[in-house]
Amino acid sequence: MSVEKSRGYWATVWREFKKNRLALAGFILILLLFGVAMFDNFLAGSKPILLKLNGRLYFPVIFSYKEFFGVDFRELEGNVEKGDFAIFPPVRYSPTENDLLSVLSPPSRSHLFGTDDRGRDVLSRMIHGTGISLSIGFIAVGIASIIGIFMGGIAGYYGGLIDFVVSRLFEVMMTFPVFFLILTILAFRDPSIYNIMIVIGATGWTGIARLVRGEFLKLREYDYVEAAIALGGSDFRVMLRHMLPNALAPVLVSATFGVAGAVLVESGLSFLGFGVPPPEPSWGDVLSQSQRYVDFAWWLVLFPGAAIFLTVTGFNLVGDGFKTAIDPRLRRRKF
Amino acid sequence: MPCPYKRNCQMRNILEIKNLRLSFGNDEERVEVLSGVSLSIPERKIIGVVGESGCGKTVTALSIMRLIPEPPGRIDDGEIIFDGANLLKFSERDIRAIRGNRISMIFQEPLSSLNPVFSVGEQIGEAIRTHLKVSKKEERERITELLRIVGIPSPESRMKSYPHELSGGMCQRVMIAMALSCNPELLIADEPTTALDVTIQAGILELINELREKIGMSVFLITHDLGIVAEVADEVYVMYAGKIVEHASTEDLFKNPRHPYTVGLMNSIPGLHEKREKLSAIPGIIPSPKDFPKGCRFQDRCPLVINKCRASEPPLTEVNGHLSACFRTEEVNFEIYNVV
Repeated sequence: MSVEKSRGYWATVWREFKKNRLALAGFILILLLFGVAMFDNFLAGSKPILLKLNGRLYFPVIFSYKEFFGVDFRELEGNVEKGDFAIFPPVRYSPTENDLLSVLSPPSRSHLFGTDDRGRDVLSRMIHGTGISLSIGFIAVGIASIIGIFMGGIAGYYGGLIDFVVSRLFEVMMTFPVFFLILTILAFRDPSIYNIMIVIGATGWTGIARLVRGEFLKLREYDYVEAAIALGGSDFRVMLRHMLPNALAPVLVSATFGVAGAVLVESGLSFLGFGVPPPEPSWGDVLSQSQRYVDFAWWLVLFPGAAIFLTVTGFNLVGDGFKTAIDPRLRRRKF
Repeated sequence: MPCPYKRNCQMRNILEIKNLRLSFGNDEERVEVLSGVSLSIPERKIIGVVGESGCGKTVTALSIMRLIPEPPGRIDDGEIIFDGANLLKFSERDIRAIRGNRISMIFQEPLSSLNPVFSVGEQIGEAIRTHLKVSKKEERERITELLRIVGIPSPESRMKSYPHELSGGMCQRVMIAMALSCNPELLIADEPTTALDVTIQAGILELINELREKIGMSVFLITHDLGIVAEVADEVYVMYAGKIVEHASTEDLFKNPRHPYTVGLMNSIPGLHEKREKLSAIPGIIPSPKDFPKGCRFQDRCPLVINKCRASEPPLTEVNGHLSACFRTEEVNFEIYNVV
């Protein structure tokens, strides 16, 4: 007798997710952003990807060479020997490279997205800012999820006094206006990327904790959880192996929206000057430079603004599609 | 101290419950749901416990596993002796080493007792890994072996199935496989066939009976179905309102019931060959634990009630190796309900 290959839970969710065109578009957009973030040095920078000089091959993007210390690769052009060549990234400016001769120049063939008030290429800064914005979003939400799952988990599992104490803690946390709390904390600490991640994560866990608590309260009463305890599983094992996988789907939905929120918060912080410290590029930082030149320098507003908008929309679409895919009531029935 | 030699203890009773009292509630109000339950489970025997809903069968089983949530539950008195050690004195850690390992439990609803996100093979593997250190390969072999023991065809491919892809009977077999994963000495089966249809029921009961021989375990079978008890149990305890009211070997109990409640239960089973206008039932309902009457708890529903029953509680006394808690036990017969 042959048995049809079983579909796991996540395979079913993925199949449902794929049916939603908009969510799939959002997912592809996020994958593209990831690609940009991972290969930022290959897309924008002043160093060539591949360089052949005097018969030797160099990969200046990947390795740093002693002999090129302080060398501007653009000057090598024109005075190289025959047979030597250099392949440059499509955007040939590094994100921190000042060019005081072309300050605030509008989009042109050499600077596709224009330049900012120090003559830095906006496109290059945005490409390099992608990774920073995304990693802040993901790590902040990762921190928030870990704290949230832990707090919500013990509250929902143990109930009673522990639940009471932890629930009051959520409520206290939720009464804080989070953005101003973050601003206040960052005013006392130096605004490094890591501090921003930690602060956004440490203030954003309440939503996830409440979700997990609710799920655990419900799951606690399920027969298979009691069966797991009756099989001799420890509290930790029952929570982690038997309950968490069943509570994970709504948490992931919430986390997806959370990434969008964190990207937005980071942009807001950078816009106010509390974000990623200056030479590092981030979308919010580019946007904040537009403040002074907003009457004419539309390219400083439009491009980073659009990037933030697209990212946040992408994550929200994915979160929405995901929510529909895991909820059988919202799912169209099809056999 | 748990017995160090898992199988060599030559005690006749694998489990003994002595005068167990259990109540639920808070500081202001407590309700006693088990009032001095005593029972013993001999090695390699199937012990049936019958009684209607709410009489304390499941609570007794859960107290053996120490799965009563405390609070609101509280064990006020009594001992549960398993293999010479009192389970009630065990630490949470020690009892965990017993659960699923030496005492296993299967539940009423097989479908909801399996975790929907794991395949059945993974779940059985999890049960094995909880107590035994085994390699991946040994674990796989054990899973297929267990599935074969409980009579699931083509175990290699079935172990990849998810619970929703299996029928109720199959799921119950998987539950039994999980319970058997560590060769328990005692299997507690809490209404294992209630959610299944009749043909499947027979198969599951046969399986439990067969496994008792094969593995050499004792079975504590909880049910409200006297038919099931008649089929597989060696001895029967009849429970009513948190007390044991009758105890005898299965044969003796069915031939010669010595408690009015047991007779009532038996009369309630509709016969196949008789035509009746109305199904007979014991009049009245089981009293709530909040207001158990003084004296015999069955007094308001009993056809043989006398003043003495309302004044004092009849003790469980022995007549020819048959325990019964009734003052008029000698007068009990199958016709007592027809007189009224």
